Amino acid sequence: MTAETAGFDGAPMPSEGWTHCRHCGEPITDDCCAAGRPGFCCVGCEGAFKLVNGLGLDRYYERRCLDPETRALKPDTDPDAIPDYTPHVSEGAQPGEAAVHLLVEGLHCAACVWLIERLLTLQPGVTHARVNMTTRRLTLRWMPQDDRDDPATEDRGARRILDPVLAVGYRLVPYDPAALGRDTDRTEKALLRAMAVTGFAAGNVMLFSVSVWFGGDMGAVTRDLMHWLSALIALPAIAYGIRPFARSAVTALRAGRANMDVPITLAVLLAAGMSLWETARGGPHAYFDAAVMLLFFLLIGRYLDSRARGRARSAAEHLLALGSRSVTVIEPDGSARASRPERVAVGATVLVTPGERVGVDGTVASGVSDLDTSLITGESAPRRTGPGTRVFAGTLNLSAALRVTVDAVGERTLLAEIVRMMEAAEQGRARYVALADRVARLYAPVVHVLALGAFLGWWLGAGLPWQDALLIAAAVLIITCPCALALAVPVVQVIASGRLLRAGLFLKSATALERLREADTVVFDKTGTLTQGRLELCPGGPDAPGGGWGWTPDDLRLAAGLAANSRHPLARAIAAAAPGTPALPGVVEHPGAGLAWDGDSAGPVRLGSAAFCDAPADPDGEGGPELWLRRGPGTPVRFRFTDTVRTDAAAVVSALKARGMAVELLSGDRPATVAAVARAAGLDTWRAGQTPADKVARLAALRDQGRRVLMVGDGLNDAPALAAAHVSASPSSAVDVSQTAADVVFQGERLAPLLGALAVADRADRLVKQNFALAFSYNAITIPLALAGQVTPLIAAVAMSTSSLVVIGNAMRLSRREPVGLPAQEQAA
Amino acid sequence: MNILLFLIPLALALGLLGLVAFLWALRSGQFDDLDGAAHRILFDDDPQDGPGQP
Repeated sequence: MTAETAGFDGAPMPSEGWTHCRHCGEPITDDCCAAGRPGFCCVGCEGAFKLVNGLGLDRYYERRCLDPETRALKPDTDPDAIPDYTPHVSEGAQPGEAAVHLLVEGLHCAACVWLIERLLTLQPGVTHARVNMTTRRLTLRWMPQDDRDDPATEDRGARRILDPVLAVGYRLVPYDPAALGRDTDRTEKALLRAMAVTGFAAGNVMLFSVSVWFGGDMGAVTRDLMHWLSALIALPAIAYGIRPFARSAVTALRAGRANMDVPITLAVLLAAGMSLWETARGGPHAYFDAAVMLLFFLLIGRYLDSRARGRARSAAEHLLALGSRSVTVIEPDGSARASRPERVAVGATVLVTPGERVGVDGTVASGVSDLDTSLITGESAPRRTGPGTRVFAGTLNLSAALRVTVDAVGERTLLAEIVRMMEAAEQGRARYVALADRVARLYAPVVHVLALGAFLGWWLGAGLPWQDALLIAAAVLIITCPCALALAVPVVQVIASGRLLRAGLFLKSATALERLREADTVVFDKTGTLTQGRLELCPGGPDAPGGGWGWTPDDLRLAAGLAANSRHPLARAIAAAAPGTPALPGVVEHPGAGLAWDGDSAGPVRLGSAAFCDAPADPDGEGGPELWLRRGPGTPVRFRFTDTVRTDAAAVVSALKARGMAVELLSGDRPATVAAVARAAGLDTWRAGQTPADKVARLAALRDQGRRVLMVGDGLNDAPALAAAHVSASPSSAVDVSQTAADVVFQGERLAPLLGALAVADRADRLVKQNFALAFSYNAITIPLALAGQVTPLIAAVAMSTSSLVVIGNAMRLSRREPVGLPAQEQAA
Repeated sequence: MNILLFLIPLALALGLLGLVAFLWALRSGQFDDLDGAAHRILFDDDPQDGPGQP
């Protein structure tokens, strides 16, 4: 193993040359040897590799497995991208200790956890550094070091300690641990504790119960001793374990409703009370084991349910926390200061560097640049921006620094408006009632009536003492109590969401699977959803359609040499079309116009907009993004671009149609572009130029036709539509607002996970219904027995546990077999 | 049946021990990171410069 990772200076170069960066694992496009950094895609990666090697941690590279879905481990070249940790540094556990909580972005596998913890513990002063791989949170505590000037710095040395981790390429985003899912954690832990206590009690009570059931020659005194011991264990455990149900039952009763927790609480308390009474008078039957076991099974269901929800929620919170970045405010005296976007005052000036997202709504005060507005408008071609242009939070600055005067903050931004639209649209969906709740609504009254009927029937009808009649009623409640019913849905959901998580899909809402199954219409957004949201060069030699402006391979090479100097998406698309072309020196970028190069013997070269290159503007009226290249006095040539459709878009659309679903395309882009994408994806129905409100209106129209729409979108302009749809999905490249609105977030370059989700939803629905059928058929057998007063504690215990186990076993089938339509995940190298 | 007087407390004590151990594990955060703990063991194999955590 040492031969291939012997260190950056001693490693032999593979015979075919370095094809992938030795640090981040991304393909290398240029000749890195010629650029003086063999084996690395950029200088940042080379530095990171040297840092890791220098600290003797190079085994990291042997041990890691890169996850293609996670952000590549590229160090941020832009120092502004690193947040200010000062406001988040808090007091540690010991006096004088400082602590900070961070979310780690770029965690690929367990080796990353190891590397981060090592890098941090190697820093002087660090007392505790631990990464939680499940939640991707890092807790760091350290003693500020006097000899490193830590107490003098504002952040007490946080940046000094975190710098190596940042340099390797992880992004560390501070968060407030109090705000992030503390409540969920606490309820989940309380449930787990209650589960442990009742599980212990159930096991030990069973010890006595079994001896009572099968100890045929047991004397009455020994039996009473067993019952008393059972009571001793069961009663405290019941008192502890019943609280989650009792609380919910009381809340429901106060609101004048009956939920499933009312019969549960009633059954457990009644059974425990009656058994205690039976024990006191020396009776033969005590139901302590049934009561405790019932609680134990129900708590398992409750815990699984809470876990599934909590996991989905923490994924969403994680995404949101990562989205909040700071903006750079320019003070009147010219100094720069980082601030949170919501704290910026109207009228202030904000600096937006290239590659940064605009954090506020405002007007450009100075600077000319190109903005990628695709998240707001759905348009894939960048927009020219100069003084006076209105810009919106969420757009990406591409070519040059801009100074923006803030027009609106907080509630008055476009973003806030879209969030309001979203909330309004969501109202409709909040009325959706999960299948389990619908069943419970019908079931709970039936159970109560049956138990009351049994009591009255045996007491008044058959003349039994009221105590015995009450015992029979308690048995009815125990038997009908929905152990299996309470497990039927959560078990399936937990297994399904675990399945989907492994396939790169987050389920964000508990009812998403149910709603996904009901969908009969799919509405796609264009940019970033059906397409990759990335421009690619159209093929077009001299003979290609497009008049006399076709380009030759020589033109492309020259253009790529110029384009390698720019971050503009069109320039990047050209550079990507001619991989390996070295950047030409001395190229000047004119923001919002193009690139100029003094050139060789053939004269100066320009690459840019039609006006910049003195070319005819839009000669055939097709619109669409284009770049012109003019070499000296010669005829300009034109490069045209298209936003490529995701590789499997057409296959997924036809598969959706094969499922009998109607598929539509709604886009904010121009009709010509939308039509081309619709053709490529095999869609017949499309609408172009849709505003966010239009999209919501279209969804409302579909709903009025009785359709249940699955909306798939990624942009800010899709967020209200995502919230309005019956169920919605977003790629993980979507804006945070859209991901929050969506029920399902899928990762990767392909749309096929959607089909996988639909397939899993179908199977999950089948299993849930089977589970209900199993639970009900069990009830059909046992309820008559209970009503007849024939259910002894033994029968109750056996019936209850078998039905629960059958339901769990049935749900497990979901995890065993590979469902149809879910494509195999590409494995990491 | 006198053996019961010995066996029952013993069984209960053992069960209680398990419960206490579980509650302790829960309290000390061993259920916080189920994915990480499974992998962590593969990396803490060089004692000369200490395990991954301080």
